[in-house]
Amino acid sequence: MLEALGIGLSYGATPALRRIDLTLAAGSRTALMGPSGSGKSSLLHCLAGILVPDRGRVMFDGQDLTGLSDRERSALRLRHMGVVFQFGDLVPELTLIENVMLPLQLLGVKRAAARASARDLLGELGVADVADSRTGAVSGGQAQRAAVARALVHEPRVVLADEPTGSLDTVNAEAVLDAMVALSTRMGVALVVVTHDNLVASHLDDLVVLRDGMLDLSAREAVG
Amino acid sequence: MSTSTTLLALLEPGPAHGYTLKRNFDQWFGRRRPLAFGQVYSTLARLTRDGLADQIEVEAGHGPDRRLYRITPDGAAAVDDWVFTPQPAEVFATSTLYARVTVALLSGRDVTDVLARQREAHLRRMRELQAARRQATGAVLLAVTYELAHLDADLRWIEESGTRLDTVRRHLDRTGGGHA
Ligand SMILES: Nc1ncnc2c1ncn2[C@@H]1O[C@H](COP(=O)(O)OP(=O)(O)OP(=O)(O)O)[C@@H](O)[C@H]1O
Ligand SMILES: [Mg+2]
Repeated sequence: MLEALGIGLSYGATPALRRIDLTLAAGSRTALMGPSGSGKSSLLHCLAGILVPDRGRVMFDGQDLTGLSDRERSALRLRHMGVVFQFGDLVPELTLIENVMLPLQLLGVKRAAARASARDLLGELGVADVADSRTGAVSGGQAQRAAVARALVHEPRVVLADEPTGSLDTVNAEAVLDAMVALSTRMGVALVVVTHDNLVASHLDDLVVLRDGMLDLSAREAVG
Repeated sequence: MSTSTTLLALLEPGPAHGYTLKRNFDQWFGRRRPLAFGQVYSTLARLTRDGLADQIEVEAGHGPDRRLYRITPDGAAAVDDWVFTPQPAEVFATSTLYARVTVALLSGRDVTDVLARQREAHLRRMRELQAARRQATGAVLLAVTYELAHLDADLRWIEESGTRLDTVRRHLDRTGGGHA
């Protein structure tokens, strides 16, 4: 469903990814681990079509993302992907529920229906009580959970989440991962979760480890 | 885990027969390794001899199953003592993993591979435990999350060791500690 074919990426002179090959099947659940600076966020952003690699291709359902215009990639991402950013990117002027409604509204869903779906999802992620608070008035962990809800609300093909539980304690992280896994099963969504936390990784079926911009093949279990 | 003290503690709510004790023990503590009946009765005999439990009733003409055991005040004190005395923290170190990694290092074997294999085994078990945790309640939830937390600690050490290998190898080379 989503595939990286020999992708490489540099920031100026800094190589961040070197020849990464990775195949993610529909409905699969993969943890992406590795030391700080190993290229996890860079890889996730390439898979999401937010960054275009310098070399190689990223295929989504047989379509080469690197050959699309920015606008085409954004449209494809809006419809088929959900992204949770490492440092959050909820719109601060909006409430949590308004943030979660956004993808649906951009896809043309009516306001009332979008609100109902968003509220359900915030409930499943345990933050229904702060749904009407502004992003700046909730805790880091509550904002992260809203970001996860926003990534799932339109039932995409794949959710790419960068440390979605970085601000959560073990028990709350567990609840978020339980919800993500349950929702991904119900919706048939594939998950890619960047994490430093083995407990988070143990919710997912496959493990991919990055080291210095390369896949650590010794740590990589057979995918699929 | 002290089997005899946990068995004794199961008598605290009230007197019980050997088979009830075994059933309770298996439910709370013996999910992986149920207790043998023989061990239940030998343990109860020892506890009785030591004055930590006693028999309050033997129905004539029946087998050993009819004996009812009761905890004594000394027994309750022994449970108190066991529960509240912290264990020496050293017992929580799993030394076999450390030993295997060290032997690999000293003998020039592929340590990265040793660590990778163990990580895979740990993660496989952790995935099973996560699945069990989602269904678990009560004491099982505590048992499952205890095991998860310990495997997590091992994995963190495995990961960390991977990034320390170069430093450790350089030191071994300098001091002639290994043939790698
Ligand atoms: N915008 C940027 N400009 C220049 N260099 C960058 C930029 N973003 C990342 N890098 C570099 O690229 C490499 C990979 O970074 P990346 O953010 O992908 O790592 P990461 O694995 O996500 O790390 P962390 O666990 O700390 O989030 C690092 O060396 C980093 O310094
Ligand atoms: Mg990152």
